[in-house]
Amino acid sequence: MTTIQERVTTTAPVVKRKKRDWSVAVRVVVLLIASVFVLGPVLWTLSTSLRPPSESFQLPPAFLPLNPDLTSYEQVFKQLNIVALVVNSALVTGLIAVGQMITAALAGYAFAHLKFRGRGALFSIVLATMMVPAQVTIVPVFMLIRGVGLSDTLLALIIPAIPTAFGTFLMRQYFMGLPGELAEAAAIDGASPWRTFRSVYAPLAMPGLAIVGILAFNFHWNEFFRPLIMTISEQNFTLPLGLVSLQGNLGTGSISVVLAGVVLSMIPALVVFMFGQRALQDGLTAGTGK
Amino acid sequence: MSTATSTPTGTGSEPGRRQTAHKNGQVSKRGRVQQRWLPWAFLAPTIAGMGIFTLLPIVASIALAFFRWDIISAPTFVGFDNFAEVVQDPTVRVSFLNTIVFVVVAVALQLGLALGLAIMVQEKLPAWLRVFFRSAFFFPLILSAASVSIFMRYLFNEQFGVVNWLLSIVGIPAVPWLTTPTGSAAVVILVYVWQNFGFSFLLFIGGLASIPVETYEAASIDGATGWRKHWFVTLPLLSPTTLVASVMAIINALQVFDQPYVLTRGGPGDSTRTAVMVIFESAFQRLEFGEASAIGVILTLIIMAITAAQFRLSKRFVFYQ
Repeated sequence: MTTIQERVTTTAPVVKRKKRDWSVAVRVVVLLIASVFVLGPVLWTLSTSLRPPSESFQLPPAFLPLNPDLTSYEQVFKQLNIVALVVNSALVTGLIAVGQMITAALAGYAFAHLKFRGRGALFSIVLATMMVPAQVTIVPVFMLIRGVGLSDTLLALIIPAIPTAFGTFLMRQYFMGLPGELAEAAAIDGASPWRTFRSVYAPLAMPGLAIVGILAFNFHWNEFFRPLIMTISEQNFTLPLGLVSLQGNLGTGSISVVLAGVVLSMIPALVVFMFGQRALQDGLTAGTGK
Repeated sequence: MSTATSTPTGTGSEPGRRQTAHKNGQVSKRGRVQQRWLPWAFLAPTIAGMGIFTLLPIVASIALAFFRWDIISAPTFVGFDNFAEVVQDPTVRVSFLNTIVFVVVAVALQLGLALGLAIMVQEKLPAWLRVFFRSAFFFPLILSAASVSIFMRYLFNEQFGVVNWLLSIVGIPAVPWLTTPTGSAAVVILVYVWQNFGFSFLLFIGGLASIPVETYEAASIDGATGWRKHWFVTLPLLSPTTLVASVMAIINALQVFDQPYVLTRGGPGDSTRTAVMVIFESAFQRLEFGEASAIGVILTLIIMAITAAQFRLSKRFVFYQ
């Protein structure tokens, strides 16, 4: 007994300490290199968009915008109706996010705190729909939208995206974390079930709702596949679609103009990243078995 | 016990009997009457929406796979013709093959990179550095795949791209990235992994955090250090996370579209055409909606089969604490 303890307390720490310090340095270097590869392309995009278009292809490349030049930003406003794109993207993304928050809160609450026949089965169906890729349902959805005369409108992008299986799942989990005693207390005070939801549970579930909203915002702001199919005229394009078509129109002529558009489109995502990163990370990894 | 029955939510398996027995009968009764339709009022928007925009389209998609329809003339029933045509179509075949190769390589890279970096971040490290690395690796996930593909296309430009400039520093001659089949496939994979490894990284970080420190202490007393420690302790204990991460990575990779569409439009030739790209092209460019649905049904079946297989395999290889 004593010999083992002695060995552990006397020799081991010395060897370990030395080895560890060295390994921390190696790890930091490797991780820094990885970070450079991850952030480098974004920095290049930013700095190239801030240089005169003629210097876009200059090598060695500049990763830091030392003498910012806004020609490309003026150009992107001239060559692309970027205000319309931003408005479209904001409308589509904002309405989807709000719609998802409302419907997911209602359904999540019902699955968590209301009792009804077939609750388990219905919830399983909701979960199962998450497995079906959007690309598989897109053809009938497109037909449906066309059938009701909504093709090439922003509503064609908004309405089908509002019901959310993942958001419902997330909100159910969140409401389950809130005690059922709250409803009892509210009932004793004479609150109707609707009031119980509105005034007691919904306010407490705001952090969960924020996750649903941020996830919806991040996904739909960046969405490309559905807008590509559902919109035809440029006035209904969203930002990613507008930028890709701008790149196609310009060829490789003035890449800094395209990059300026890319940078502008990143701003809302950056805001989310700065203020809602934790919520976004929690939401993305929610329901993965932890 | 008794208070629970008076709430609208707390009714147990036999609501009727219990509630009538309760002294505060009026409140319970009102609650019960409202309860019948109330849950459905809460559920209506989601259930109706999913019925219309998910369940109905699934059924319609399967049905449509047995019809020939160009949206203009009336649909005609063709039985399994669409499936037969699709299976023999060289473009479709190549696309599925490309997708499989893409999934294997991209997912392996994504998971390997994510796991390695997660282990390095999660070991002893100053807190601020850990926060920085976590944010940095997560960052690409907030960007749009279309935007990323736009600037990556410039970076991989053969003559003026930064990637070839970097390679030239190490003495590697210019690689024809986007003009050759292998080069294009490599770019699509690299760009995809660049953007998505952060997601697996986050999952691994969560998994690593849940491994108790005592396990490592016990292992180090037993003489396990460095890579041996990870091989014998981390990997087995992390296997549930690895399963989830690989299932999600594979399902997402099977549906790759944005990157190849913006980077290469599926070319040169068909070298970077993917399964979802052929669904898109046959439906919305060639107006063969039946064929597109048939391809979609096949893709869904593959996704379901892979998911089922992974969970079955997991019973043998996943180690639960």
